[in-house]
Amino acid sequence: MSHNLSKAARPANQTSVFVKRKRMYTFFFLGVIAIMIASSLIANFDYIVGIKSIPKAITWSLTKFIPNSSSWHWLTDEILKALFETALMSVAVTACSAVFAFAFSLLGTRTTKINPLIGRAVRIIASFFRNIPDVAWVLVLFMAFGQNILTGFFALFFVTFGLLTRTFIETIDEISASCVEALHASGANYMQVVFRGIIPSSAAALISWVLYMIETNIRNATLIGIISGTGIGFWFNWFLKSLNYGAAGLTLITIVVLVIAIEITSTQIRRAIL
Amino acid sequence: MPILEFKNVSKTYNNVTKALTDISFSINSGEFVAIIGPSGSGKSTILRCINRLVDATQGGIIFDEFDVCHANKNEIRQIRKKVGMIFQHYNLVERLSVIENVLHGRLGHKSTISGIIGRYTEPEKEQAFQILEKLGLTEQAYKRCDELSGGQKQRVGIARSLMQEPNLILCDEPIASLDPSTSKVIMDHLSNINKTMGITCILNLHQVDVALKYAGRIIGLTSGKIVYDGPPNQLLKSTIHEIYQSNEGELITDVA
Amino acid sequence: MRTPFVANHVSAQMGAIGGMEKTRGGKIKTAAHDKSHRIIKLTILALLGLTILGFLTFNYKNLDFFKAVGDTLENLRVMFFTPHYVNIPGGFRGALDQLLITFCMAVLSTVFGSVVAIFVSLFCAKNLSSPKVSSIIKSFVAFIRAVPTILWVLIFVVSAGLGGVSAVIGLTFHSAGYLIKAYAESIEEMDEGTIEALKACGANFWQIVFQAILPSSISYLVAWTFLRFEINFANAVAVGAAAGSGGIGEALYLAGHQYSDPRELGFITYLIVAVVILLEMVATKVKTKVR
Repeated sequence: MSHNLSKAARPANQTSVFVKRKRMYTFFFLGVIAIMIASSLIANFDYIVGIKSIPKAITWSLTKFIPNSSSWHWLTDEILKALFETALMSVAVTACSAVFAFAFSLLGTRTTKINPLIGRAVRIIASFFRNIPDVAWVLVLFMAFGQNILTGFFALFFVTFGLLTRTFIETIDEISASCVEALHASGANYMQVVFRGIIPSSAAALISWVLYMIETNIRNATLIGIISGTGIGFWFNWFLKSLNYGAAGLTLITIVVLVIAIEITSTQIRRAIL
Repeated sequence: MPILEFKNVSKTYNNVTKALTDISFSINSGEFVAIIGPSGSGKSTILRCINRLVDATQGGIIFDEFDVCHANKNEIRQIRKKVGMIFQHYNLVERLSVIENVLHGRLGHKSTISGIIGRYTEPEKEQAFQILEKLGLTEQAYKRCDELSGGQKQRVGIARSLMQEPNLILCDEPIASLDPSTSKVIMDHLSNINKTMGITCILNLHQVDVALKYAGRIIGLTSGKIVYDGPPNQLLKSTIHEIYQSNEGELITDVA
Repeated sequence: MRTPFVANHVSAQMGAIGGMEKTRGGKIKTAAHDKSHRIIKLTILALLGLTILGFLTFNYKNLDFFKAVGDTLENLRVMFFTPHYVNIPGGFRGALDQLLITFCMAVLSTVFGSVVAIFVSLFCAKNLSSPKVSSIIKSFVAFIRAVPTILWVLIFVVSAGLGGVSAVIGLTFHSAGYLIKAYAESIEEMDEGTIEALKACGANFWQIVFQAILPSSISYLVAWTFLRFEINFANAVAVGAAAGSGGIGEALYLAGHQYSDPRELGFITYLIVAVVILLEMVATKVKTKVR
């Protein structure tokens, strides 16, 4: 009796909420599946080949990427040199673009912009630089700079500059707005506000972003190196193409070690400063 | 002798939002004035017009012989040097030490370059320590501000404004983020500064009872207009309700 | 009248104020007792040192720097102000098809990556899994992420051949690694009390996942997935160019390296930028909606 009563008392629209939600989930999943099918047809993606390739690639890598006696000399001859150069390039490019991005971002933040027009221009310029794919930068720079480390340097510089400018603007607006107001109120001028307010309050967060960009740039530099024919990316590609799999495996291992070492270092620094 | 005068001041944000309409009052040196009113009634705008963090749209403001509304860049700096400000959220540089934050009060007096590298003279530093001693903060001097409690942070804010050697201190909701006992400490410090040093104080307050207890004069503000301006003992309950546009029994002060 | 709060003349006994510290030179210290300051300074110095070392040791190969800069500026002018297309098969329509292929590669790798990530992250999040399992998965995932995307693709090219399959699987590996970390961190941010409360009600693992974890962290998961989609689109372009996996990236590569045509490079760049900006706008919308 009471059971019936409670069923009858349930408002009609409450059940429909559940039905609606269920219907929404169903539509969502059907939609995803439809998009997947369409995408795989367009991109010419064969599921069976794809799934089969995974164990194949793993066993292949594990058997072929074993360094043999003839591959070790590549380590000292070329790999470490190229790895060192790529790593230094990533650090240098991130540091340089961070300096420019910081100066530039001061013109773009809500609290320190000189006038709204310049502020808007800064955001548009930053968006221009970060949205042009790094590959496009490499290809156009390659026409004049050729197979040179500076090709990758400038390509990464432009993209990193655009990305860091946007992040710096957001970070400074988030962290420094309140203390900037107080410093203005006590009669500090623009440069004093920057050096006594913005830099001390946001330096740790900005450096954390710079470290993150160094990590990303090392991976990107590898890819760019394949196109511009420089650095560690070039050598990995070359070893693979010349079927020197032992040396390719060695290259892969050194890259992984380097990236993980940098990740651990920057995590430690971040933990200490934030 | 009036230290501050508002003459028919109006402020409109973005040509749309009217924050202040035809505000006129004058404050004498040494007064302790509380501005009360509901959120969005223009209390913060009044304070920020005085040190030009906000530009008034119409009317005139005279502070200490400065024509505030027509001040040039250099004059604005002169005005700001003489006007201390205390904020609801303290607005400290949280990652710097307490003493460095107090010394920020001197930036208006320093050259750009010595401000940039953060070089302060020994007498300035000793003065900062004396102020900290008065406010009971010497033990915290070398702590980073993000290690402090809210009440301690607000005392650093007060110390920073005293470091300016101001004629006038503006307090924008100084106790709105603090618990009752800490609020009392802060209000006592402000009241003490006003009495012993003769510094004029203007406070925005949400707590009517606190305003009535401490202030020598109350200005009541409703949607950008002054509804009451006078001593606390003449402020009627009905006027309070008019300020907050509420009926009998709807305010927390009615409960007591 | 005002009485001065502080005497202007400093007397000798001033040093007596408690807590005041002096440097060896007899000056009063102002910096906080805090090592993060020093570490920030050291980090900046280290970065500066490495940058200088880099510029000193780079192999510039007798490059005529100023000529190269001049030529590049001219190339950029031609690229951005006089874009055209001649070499792309199918012309404008063909270029759009290539763009769509790249877009679909990004869709596939993002969906695959997020499906894998959602399951693995449940065993990776500290508040759902045992510490041992969690740290094993985390270090494995760190390895996957440490290998640059392009190297995954090149490895799969060997086993699956050049083309869409190797590109998508390669992109999926890195996406999964990235999303597992992101999802696990979002789940770890969840309020401990909610899980505890459901456990107290007698709910089992999967009930907790579907009734508490997913509903409360769904907005973060969506935001991260979309962010990864933006990255995957950029990566699909890059991989197409560097490995020759097809799509608009390969067209970009051909325009630059094969035909050395900055004008066509400009045209393709504009197409890609249009999609990227569109995605950025959608992402901002999605983020405000789910929060």
